Amino acid sequence: MFGLDLERLLDVEEEYRRLEDYQGGMPRWCSGCGDNAILTAVQRLLRDEGIPPEKAVFVSGIGCSSRFPHYMNAYGFHGVHGRALPIAQGIKIRRPDLHVFVNMGDGDCFSIGSAHWIHAIHYNMNMVAMVHDNRIYGLTKKQVSPTSPKGLKTNTTPYGSYIEGLNPLTVTLGVTNVSFVAQAVEWIPDLLYEVIRQAFHHHGFSFVRILQRCPTYLPDIFDPFINDPNNILILTHENGLQLDDSLARIYKNQIEHDPSDIHRAREIASDESKAVVGILYRNENVDVYDEIRRPRRVTTLEMRKAVLEREFDKFAVNPVGGDNHNENDE
Amino acid sequence: MAEATPTQHEPHPVVKEKKIIELPEHIVEIVSDSGEGAQKAGQTFGAISAKMGNGIWTVEIIPAEIQPPPRTITGASGIRIRLGSFYITNVGDDADLIVAFNEQVLLGRVDTGNLKPGAIILLENMWRTHKDPAIREAYTKTYDRLVSEGYKVIEVPMEEECLKYTISPRRGKNMFVLGMLCNLYERDLELARKEVYELWIKKGEKVADLNLKLFNAGYAWAEEHLDFKFRIPSAGITEPQVVMNGNVALALGIIASGMEVCAMYPITPATSASHYLSEIFEHVGGIVHQAEDEIAAIGFAVGASYAGKCAVTITSGPGMSLKTEIIGLASMIEVPLVVINVQRGGPSTGLPTKVEQGDLLAALFSTHGDAPKVVMACSTIEDCFYSVITARKIAETFRLPVIVLSDANLATGQQPFPRPRFSRDWVAPPIDQSPVPPGTKPYDWDPKTGLSRRIIPGQPNGMYSLTGLAHDREGKVAYEPWINQEGARSRSMKLAAFQKTLKPPKVFGDPEGDLLIVGWGSTKGAIEEAVTRVREKGYRVSALNIKFLQPMASGIKEILQRFKKVLCIEINYSDDPGEELIDENNRRYSNLAWLLRARFLIDVDSWSRVYGRPYKPGEIEQVILEKLKEIK
Repeated sequence: MFGLDLERLLDVEEEYRRLEDYQGGMPRWCSGCGDNAILTAVQRLLRDEGIPPEKAVFVSGIGCSSRFPHYMNAYGFHGVHGRALPIAQGIKIRRPDLHVFVNMGDGDCFSIGSAHWIHAIHYNMNMVAMVHDNRIYGLTKKQVSPTSPKGLKTNTTPYGSYIEGLNPLTVTLGVTNVSFVAQAVEWIPDLLYEVIRQAFHHHGFSFVRILQRCPTYLPDIFDPFINDPNNILILTHENGLQLDDSLARIYKNQIEHDPSDIHRAREIASDESKAVVGILYRNENVDVYDEIRRPRRVTTLEMRKAVLEREFDKFAVNPVGGDNHNENDE
Repeated sequence: MAEATPTQHEPHPVVKEKKIIELPEHIVEIVSDSGEGAQKAGQTFGAISAKMGNGIWTVEIIPAEIQPPPRTITGASGIRIRLGSFYITNVGDDADLIVAFNEQVLLGRVDTGNLKPGAIILLENMWRTHKDPAIREAYTKTYDRLVSEGYKVIEVPMEEECLKYTISPRRGKNMFVLGMLCNLYERDLELARKEVYELWIKKGEKVADLNLKLFNAGYAWAEEHLDFKFRIPSAGITEPQVVMNGNVALALGIIASGMEVCAMYPITPATSASHYLSEIFEHVGGIVHQAEDEIAAIGFAVGASYAGKCAVTITSGPGMSLKTEIIGLASMIEVPLVVINVQRGGPSTGLPTKVEQGDLLAALFSTHGDAPKVVMACSTIEDCFYSVITARKIAETFRLPVIVLSDANLATGQQPFPRPRFSRDWVAPPIDQSPVPPGTKPYDWDPKTGLSRRIIPGQPNGMYSLTGLAHDREGKVAYEPWINQEGARSRSMKLAAFQKTLKPPKVFGDPEGDLLIVGWGSTKGAIEEAVTRVREKGYRVSALNIKFLQPMASGIKEILQRFKKVLCIEINYSDDPGEELIDENNRRYSNLAWLLRARFLIDVDSWSRVYGRPYKPGEIEQVILEKLKEIK
């Protein structure tokens, strides 16, 4: 009738979802915690993209931010400190139908899980990895983190931390097969949303570092960036962020950056005097491990049997004079 | 004996008569420098013997380094083949005959007590006339010593003979040796030639032809120069068999089980299973994922299994230590997982290429907190194949990690076993992606069994967040104390429910008597052979091999109680009660003895050594005879 497929229309109706459809348990983060903004941005993304909640999996490690999956209405895997990435890879390897998101803290990803961080970039599997970087250990009550600035007084560095904080962006950009690197700050929700959205649409491993306030243990750390918008450096490009007028009026410190330019990306990432927001690097022409290793066809029981029989044949010793007929032939 | 030390090599005269020596079994070793192909010759000899209906067991002799220096005692690389007119279950005692490519690797076997007194030694004699005087001296010195010690040393001009056919005899000598052995043991010539041809035809007709010539030369040399032959009658085995090592059997078990993901990190002696699996796994849609480390490997496996593809991770001792935290996670979140530990000597780096059974208690208890898991052991190479299939089923049915313990002895040993007949019951069912009824709980523990329905990502209405934190039936973080108790209880009840399905193991020998030898894993064959020998002498001794170590079947206690004394024999460290400092307050028992003592309140004794090699039935026999003296 009128060339319309009624069933399809109904499907569209059914797939319409509200923000509440993606909300899980009531967040138990401290009031003012930056994780709340990240949660909202991700819930918005899933709604806008119309992702069925059962097709999304949120994997986390251990830490405040790793409670994230509990607050989503989706599948969640709140596992072991530092090991979210290998678990996420295992989930993805045979389930291309699932949208895999990884939420880690700075200690989780850059310290105890640092080996997996490097290798996840290298494997380049389809997933979005978000690091909620508050530059402090929160859940264990204020210890120094790899990204804590030098001199920071914490419970394990009461006289100030001893070495310069690690720059995760330059590390990420230095790994072979790096495919997508972006940074956002949780206090600019629209840009946070946009960065995560672009990460979601990227083909490959998307790494997003999100600067996130810890109101309890390190409330002032990002003040220079929050109090003076000029300390935020926005990367704009037709293949990156584009600011609307209202944001452009506040964040005047913008530069045009082509995300395909890795050298420039590394330069920008090296300067930590400003908080960079935007897409630093994007390259979809990189080997994607889960796609390379995807099975070529569905294995039936008969195929499995045939392979096993062929292998048994290779190792067969059929004694001379015995019944060498293969009784497995049905 | 001094006259038997000629400084000049006398070629053997052509023999006119042959003495045929008929025996129920013989143990042959071939040793060489690394890379000279002794193992290939031995494996082919084993395959030919199996095809002629003999029982066989072959085990590789592996040096610790990839390329140890040539002509060194510790560099001995080779193979032992035990063949007999009965079904053979272990490496046996001391060798009857050894073929050595040089006298140093030979010493590596002599000085570690692997040869029978008076054993026959077929020794490459090129070293006698070597241009380096030091080598000449070392050779003659060793030769003289071995002759004076009563060994029957026969010098064989292997190099010289092979040079007639090839300019690089170092790479062809092994086929010459094979030919020699095939003559000595009256192997079916046509069958043997066919094996040699098939071994080399992959490299082209020319290579196959050359190797056949070398084989023929070895056969002819033995025929002309040796005045004896051995006749080891067939065991009458006629059913179709497969012969492989334990690691290949594990890999085939993985394929047969329907598992699709094997995540691993290289570690000796487990890795060869992954090598073989990597070649064929993709043909059944599988993936061998070499992760960045042991922890990532098990994390990857847990992720895949959570997403519906039951997965396996395969490792050895040090890797097990690293994986421990995530084994606990799998237990806590009730994700099925198969963990294979091909044990080696420990602790720390220990003895990477050598056998030990030192990880039993670690497999049961190493996780922090209470993390119920099933622990089972492979006792034969055939058992390696079927254990993986069983492990996958248990893991999925009971939603828990299953640890399969193999060891370096099984990993490198080869033994024929009946060719498995494919069964569709082996294979995992496809994953269920149907919607679950709204409100279905991910941990809806059955009050009696602790079992609950497993929900897999992608299933509509099933969304939940699992957590390694204490959680309730909905998977939500538990804040009330009784919920933690309920979760722990439910996970434990699953083990109890599984335990109810187990049958008691069968006693080897009489169900009651003076002494019961209890073992687990790969010592089964050697223990049973030793027990058979002492039983033939009239002693009332039986053996028990326990496959399921956690949980253990009902009925084991009753079995133990029917013997005056129970002795565990296993390859791990235990204190010797004869030590000056050792008494009942501080004596540390072998792994299984600890376990049996704790569970059954029975005074189980133990005997164990960590020599890094499998036990010989003969040494177990001696231990049994000693222990019998204590029983009155």
